[in-house]
Amino acid sequence: MENLIGIFVQSVFINNMIFAYFLGMCSFLAVSKKVSTAMGLGVAVVFVLLITVPVNYLINKYLLQAGALSWLGGEYADIDLGFLSFIIFIAVIAWIVQLLEMIVEKFTPALYNQLGIFLPLIAVNCAVMGASLFMQEREYSSVAEATSFGLGSGIGWMLAIVGIAAIREKMAYSKVPPALKGLGITFIVTGLMAIAFMSFSGIEIKID
Amino acid sequence: MSQKESLFSEKNIKLFTDPFNNGNPITVLVLGICSALAVTVKLQPAIVMGLSVTIVTGFSSYIISLLRNTIPNRIRIIVQLVVAASLVILVDQILKAYVYEVSKQLSVFVGLIITNCIIMGRIEAFALGNKPWPSLIDGLGNGAGYGMILVIVAFFRELLGSGTLFGLRIVPESFYVKAGGFYENNGMMVLPPAALILLGVIIWIHRSVNKKLVEK
Repeated sequence: MENLIGIFVQSVFINNMIFAYFLGMCSFLAVSKKVSTAMGLGVAVVFVLLITVPVNYLINKYLLQAGALSWLGGEYADIDLGFLSFIIFIAVIAWIVQLLEMIVEKFTPALYNQLGIFLPLIAVNCAVMGASLFMQEREYSSVAEATSFGLGSGIGWMLAIVGIAAIREKMAYSKVPPALKGLGITFIVTGLMAIAFMSFSGIEIKID
Repeated sequence: MSQKESLFSEKNIKLFTDPFNNGNPITVLVLGICSALAVTVKLQPAIVMGLSVTIVTGFSSYIISLLRNTIPNRIRIIVQLVVAASLVILVDQILKAYVYEVSKQLSVFVGLIITNCIIMGRIEAFALGNKPWPSLIDGLGNGAGYGMILVIVAFFRELLGSGTLFGLRIVPESFYVKAGGFYENNGMMVLPPAALILLGVIIWIHRSVNKKLVEK
């Protein structure tokens, strides 16, 4: 349990998708002009990460890894389909996003109106693909760990985009050199936010 | 197909050079930043990454442009993803086979080329409506424009952060405080925030020189 909390805290604050790995920057910059829309996209990303990371974890563990197919019988034990992981992961993500869009549209139209336009964007959000690839690289030991990592990364991403949107709303009133306006200053502010987030590094939750 | 236009006509050359200035994918179109910055601590991985993206962007544009009249509009996104993913798998396998060390450093970022917005962006904006050859040039140009920014950022981060270029020592060992000198590496430069701030400064300089690009 403590391990799960540790992974969660670490992926929210220390290995933050935006500030430590720059993942999902495209939508981070494009959809961060207003807090309310940023919040909508943030929630959608949390949703998608929460589902795609565990699903890809299971696929990786039982289909793709070296020796993953041994449950089919001894003769399959030394097959390694690892090279297929990119194409399978992206297909799973695209599929889940599509499915999620249909489910949300069918059962909660109100939520769909809020999230609808963002869902298709998420299929090509690097943070989603990145989380699956990190999950594979870091070799988490159980579905619970992968889920906690997915949830943590999503919340970290949401925190970052809502934060920058709030700053950009305020920044509309400040005097910025013309050439730095818009994109330039957003990068610099993101850099400063990243420095602030670095003060979290070193936090570790452990039990003895 | 009539060959009215030569392969290296002025128009085609412009397709290639535009991404270096007015249409730069990173500083102007804001595409493909996702995987751009994490690989810029050292020059070597930045160059490998730039080349990989150039190749994938160029050839995925080319292939999609060849197929553009046969892809049903409704499923074009998934076709684009499959083409890009197949090319990225090829690049990844080649990197693993020939430059294993660099491929370890790039870790997940090679896989993330698939979701790099430059590829989808160029396919959607250009390759779907143009002939294969211009699409190939457009893709290569955009990949190279992206690579250029990576190399600039990596140059400063490696020089100021570790005092080396391509792993070769530039700042002499005897300058360092440890050896009785006065110099200390800027530890900030090897950390993620430095990449963001450097990129902000690059955009600032670019837009100060090229006034057309200033946002209102």
